[in-house]
Amino acid sequence: MNVSTKWLIDLVPGLAGGPEEISEHLALRGAPVDDITSPGRDLSDIIIGRVIRARQHPNADRLRVCEVDNGEETVQIVCGAPVVKDGACYPLAPVGSILPGDFKIKRSKIRGEVSHGMLCSAKELGLGDDHSGIMELVGDFTPGESFIDAVGLNDFTLDVEVTANRGDLLSHVGIARELAASGEGHIELPEIPDVSDLPFEYQTGAPEVGHAGFSVRIEDENLCHRYIGAVIRGVSVKSSPEWLQARLRGAGARPVNNIVDATNYVLLELGQPMHAFDLAELRGQSVIVRGASQKETEFVTLDGETRPISTDMLMICDEEVPVAIAGVMGGNNSEVSDRTVDILLECALFDPKATRTTRRKLGMSTDASYRYERGVDPEGLRSAMERCIHLVLSTAGGELEWPILDCNPVPFESSTVELRVSRIEKLLGIPFEAGYVGDLLAPLGFAVEKETDGVLHVRVPGFRSYDVTREVDLIEEVARTHGFDNFPDTLGPQRASSVADHPLFQLEDRLRAVLVGHGMFEVQTPAFCPEGEGDVEVSNPLTTVEPFLRSSLMPSLLRRVEYNMARGNRDVRLFELGTSFHKRGSGEPPLEEPHLAGILTGRREPPHWSREDEEFSMWDLKALVVDIVGRVYGEEVRIESGGVKCPTLLDDDMCICVREGSGDIVGYAGRVTDEASDLPVWAGDVWSFELALPRNPSKGTDVVVTPLPQFPASERDLALLLPSAVTSGEVAELIRGSAGPDLEALEVFDLYVGEGIPAGVRSVAFRLRFRSIRKTLKDKQVDKNMSAVLKRLEEDLGVEARA
Amino acid sequence: MSESNPIADLQALEKEALAAVKSAQDRESLEAVRVMYLGRSEGRLSAILRGLPQVPEERRPEVGKSANSVKERVSNALEARQLELAAPSAESELDLTMPGRSRWRGGLHPITQAVDEIWHIFRDLGFARARGPEADTVWYNFEALNTPLDHPAADEQDTLYLVDSVLLRSHTSPVQMRTMEANEPPIRIIAPGWVYRRDTYDATHTPAFMQIEGLVIDEGITFVDFKATLAEFARRYWGPDTQVRFRPSYFPFTEPSAEVDVKRIITRPDGTQYETEWLEIMGSGMVDPNVIANAGYDPERYTGWAFGMGPGRIAMLKHGVQDLRTFFENDIRFLEQFAR
Repeated sequence: MNVSTKWLIDLVPGLAGGPEEISEHLALRGAPVDDITSPGRDLSDIIIGRVIRARQHPNADRLRVCEVDNGEETVQIVCGAPVVKDGACYPLAPVGSILPGDFKIKRSKIRGEVSHGMLCSAKELGLGDDHSGIMELVGDFTPGESFIDAVGLNDFTLDVEVTANRGDLLSHVGIARELAASGEGHIELPEIPDVSDLPFEYQTGAPEVGHAGFSVRIEDENLCHRYIGAVIRGVSVKSSPEWLQARLRGAGARPVNNIVDATNYVLLELGQPMHAFDLAELRGQSVIVRGASQKETEFVTLDGETRPISTDMLMICDEEVPVAIAGVMGGNNSEVSDRTVDILLECALFDPKATRTTRRKLGMSTDASYRYERGVDPEGLRSAMERCIHLVLSTAGGELEWPILDCNPVPFESSTVELRVSRIEKLLGIPFEAGYVGDLLAPLGFAVEKETDGVLHVRVPGFRSYDVTREVDLIEEVARTHGFDNFPDTLGPQRASSVADHPLFQLEDRLRAVLVGHGMFEVQTPAFCPEGEGDVEVSNPLTTVEPFLRSSLMPSLLRRVEYNMARGNRDVRLFELGTSFHKRGSGEPPLEEPHLAGILTGRREPPHWSREDEEFSMWDLKALVVDIVGRVYGEEVRIESGGVKCPTLLDDDMCICVREGSGDIVGYAGRVTDEASDLPVWAGDVWSFELALPRNPSKGTDVVVTPLPQFPASERDLALLLPSAVTSGEVAELIRGSAGPDLEALEVFDLYVGEGIPAGVRSVAFRLRFRSIRKTLKDKQVDKNMSAVLKRLEEDLGVEARA
Repeated sequence: MSESNPIADLQALEKEALAAVKSAQDRESLEAVRVMYLGRSEGRLSAILRGLPQVPEERRPEVGKSANSVKERVSNALEARQLELAAPSAESELDLTMPGRSRWRGGLHPITQAVDEIWHIFRDLGFARARGPEADTVWYNFEALNTPLDHPAADEQDTLYLVDSVLLRSHTSPVQMRTMEANEPPIRIIAPGWVYRRDTYDATHTPAFMQIEGLVIDEGITFVDFKATLAEFARRYWGPDTQVRFRPSYFPFTEPSAEVDVKRIITRPDGTQYETEWLEIMGSGMVDPNVIANAGYDPERYTGWAFGMGPGRIAMLKHGVQDLRTFFENDIRFLEQFAR
C-alpha cells in the first residue's frame, strides 16, 4: 500500500514528524514501511513559468518563441509544443537545471533564436506518458515558485507492508487511524474544494430498488450483500485539478481523468473500491448483479484483455450483457471516456472469498479485488459514495439524480465480542484494569458496551469485523496498543520439556564430527533434481529444470565436485546429510529416508616438501565407510564386494555394499564411473559412498570394558599363497575361526605378486597376535595353533604358506 | 710383496674407510672419501678386486662375497653420514620456518554452524530438538495452523505441491502440531529443517532453505515468558549489548504475533563502536488457541508461544555473505573459511 505523507498529515492534523518518524510509528503498529520515495524527487530544480506571449519562430514552422516570466525576469524560450497559451503557467526547467534521466538544461540557440531553458511535458518530468504537448497547469500559480511545492508534489510516498488480516489498513484513513491511536490525535477528512454540503437522500430496498429513471437488482445476495448506485448527469470529463493529481501521485497512483481519479481517490482514502460506468453505454435503465450466464464465456475488461468467464463468477450487467467483473475490473464496453456525459457510480460490498476465487481463476489482481479479498468496511459504503459524489461534482460538474439507490439484501449486523479481563492477564502475563482496556480499544473503533463481572462486551467496528471475532483477537489489540515494548522481559521459572532430543539429530551430530575429523567439508544442497534421479515429482514446479525430489544424494555431491573442479579446486572432500524421497501409494506422502553421502577426489594428504603426493584410492574410501558404518549400525553389518549391483553412478567392478543385520542393503561405496561425471581431463578418480541412516537410531549398547592384558603377546607372520578364486576376506575369516580363543588380533601387512610366485597367485602376508588373559603363552602352544590354521587353510581353501 | 691376503686387505680397508666416513665434516670431503674407497676406476676397493685373478680359484668366491659385503657396509655408512650432514644442526641449520606436515582440515557447513549455535543456546534454556517430514499434508502445513487455503494469508507462502493434498512444507510449523500430538505438555522444542517455497534462485531467495521452529506449550505461559526467552536468546547470540524489539505482525497461527528485530553494537578493530540498523530475525507470537485446540489440548488451560527463523539469513548477516546462493554452491574455498 502506497501512502502519501501529506495525505496522512491532512487526515491527522496533529501528526508530527517526517516520513522516517511516521514509518517508525507504523512499524511499531504492525505496518512496517519498506521504502520511502518522493514523487517530486528529481524535480526540485523546476519552477513555475508564465508565458506572456508566444510567437511563431521565424525560421521553423513547428517551433514557437515564448516570452516567459520566471518570477525574476522575462526570458526567451523556444518551444516545440503545438499549443502554447499566452498567460498560462507551465513547468519551467531553467538553465542549469537537471531533468530526470540526468538531462542538463543549457542556454542554447535554436535555429537562430536564443532559448533560456525549457518548458516541460509531463513525460519529460516523469509524471506521465504524455509528451504531445507541454504540461499546462490548472489553477493559480506564481511564476518563479518551486514547481513541486506549487502543485503539491513535495510529498513522500511510504510503501507500507500491510499484513493479510488487516484489510482496513489498505486506505489512508486506516493508516491514519493507527497513527491516531498511538497518541497522534484524531482523524478529519480533508475538505474537498468548491463543493457545498448536499442533503443526501437514499431509496433503499432489496433485492431490487429503483425509480422511473434507474434501478438496481441483486440476484445473488450471498456474493453481493449491498450495491449502491448513483447517477450523475452532465459531467465534463477532463484532467483533474493539480491538487487531486498530486494527491494521487503522492499515493503512487497515476491520474487518468477527473471521474476515474475521483473513484481512485475514494479507494485510496477510505479503502472502498468504486467504479464509474458511462451511462450511455448501458443498455436499458438498470444494473443487475448476477452470475455469468452459460452463453457468456468471454469478457473484455477495460485494460483491453479478453478474459474467459464462467457461471460461478459474479458479474455486473446491464439489461443485456455484463459490464464489469464484480469486485475485480470494469469492462471496456462501459468505460468512461472523454465523450462521457452521464455516469453511474457503483459502491458495492462483494464477498471476499468469491472475489478471491474469481480473480485467482482469471490470474489477475486489482486494487479493488485486493481490498475485497481482505474485507471492505461494510459500514462505510454510504460515506464513500457521498465522498465520491462530492469529488465528481467538484471536479467534473454535473448534477446528481435523486434519490441514490441503495440495494441492501443483507444488512450488516455488527458483532459484540466478550473479553474477560482475567484472561488478558493469563495470556499477556501482567494485570490490566477494565477501564484502561477500554481506553486502549476506543481509538481503534472498538466500543465497550457494558461490563459485567469482569467481562467486557466489546462492539467491533465494521472495518475490523473480518479479523476480530474472538476474545484473543481483542487481547492482541490490547497488547498492541499497550505497546509490546512496555511488557517486561524477565525470565521466569519454567518446567522441563517432556520431549527428549531426537536421536537422529544426535546421530547426525556425531557423524558430522567424525567426517570433519576425516578432513571433509559438509555441504548443503536443495533436494530438487532432474528427471531420472528421483521418482517423486513436484506438480507445480517453478522451473522445469529440476522438477523431481532426489532419491539419492550422490548425484548432488558429484555436481558439487564438478562445480569445484570447474573453478580449479582439485582436492575436494565433501559430505552431506539429507533426505531421500521415494514414491509410495498414490495420494500418499512419499517415503522419506535420512541419508549420509560423501565424495572424495584429489590428494589424500596436503602436499608437503617431505613426501610425495598420493591420490585417494578405494582403500581410503573403504576405511572411511567401515568407520562410519560401525558408528551407525555397530557390529551388525557386513561389507560385501563382488557381484554387487551398484547405483548407476558407480563402477560395478569397483564397488562395495553395506548389508544390515536383517539383510537389507543400506549403503554403497565405490569409484564414480567416467561416464557419470563431467570432469576436466586432469581430474583424478572420484570416490563416493552413500548410506541410509535409521530414522530413529537406538542409543546402542553400553561399552563394557575388556581388562587390559597382563601377559605378553606372541606374534606370528604368515605369508600365504592365495589362488585367484580365494579372497583375503575368506582367508581372514577362516583364520579367525581356526586359530583358537587366544587369537587377539589379525592384520594383513603385505601383498605381493610377481617374481617367485606362480602366475595368478597372490602372496598375502598376515600377522597373528596371540595372547592369553590367564598366562604367558608358550611357543609350543602358539605353534600348535598355527599348525591348526595352516591345516584348515589347505583343506578348506587350498591355500598354502609361501615357502 | 708377500703373498697377498685379500681378506685381510679388505678388512683393513673397511676399517679405514669407516673411520674416514666418520671424520668427514661436509659433503665435499664425504664425496672424496667415496671416490677414494669405492670409486669405480681409482677406488681402492676396485684395486683389490682387480687383483682377483691372482687369487687362487678356490678362494675367489669367498673374497668376492667379502668384497661385496664391505662395499655394502661402506656404502651404508656413506649414506648415513650424508643424511647426518644434510640434517640441520641444532644451532645453525635448523630451519623451523619450513612448513609443518599437516592433514586435511574439514569443516561444518556455515548454516549447520548457525543452527548449532542457535540450538546450543536453546538447549541451555531447556529445549530439545524435534523433527517432522519435509513432505507433509495441507492439514499439517495450513489448516491445523489456522490458515484456511482460501485466505490471502495462504498466498504469502507460495507452496510446492506433490499430489492432491500433499505438499512440500512451506515452513517448519507443521512440526508444532506433530510434536503436540505425540507428546504432552510441558513442551519446549526447536525444530531445525528444510522448507520449500515456489521461488526462483536470487540473492535472497532459494526454493529450499533451512528454518528453525520453536514451540513452548504449558500451563501459565504468557507473553512475558515469550518476550523474556527470545530476548535472552538474542542477547546470548548477538551479545549482551544487543537491543531487542518486538513489533506487532500477523501470522495465522499466532496471536498476538510479533516480528523480532535486533540492533547490535559492533566494535571496530580500532575499538570504536557503531550501532547497526534494526535487523529482522524471526516471526513469532503466542500460539493461537485454534492451533492448541487442533492438537487436542484445552486452550483455556494451556497457552504457549512459537517462533520461526531462518538460520541462512542469520548466517548472511553474521558473516557478511551477500548472496544466499553462495551457501548452496559449496565452493570449498568458501567452506574452508568456516573451518574453524
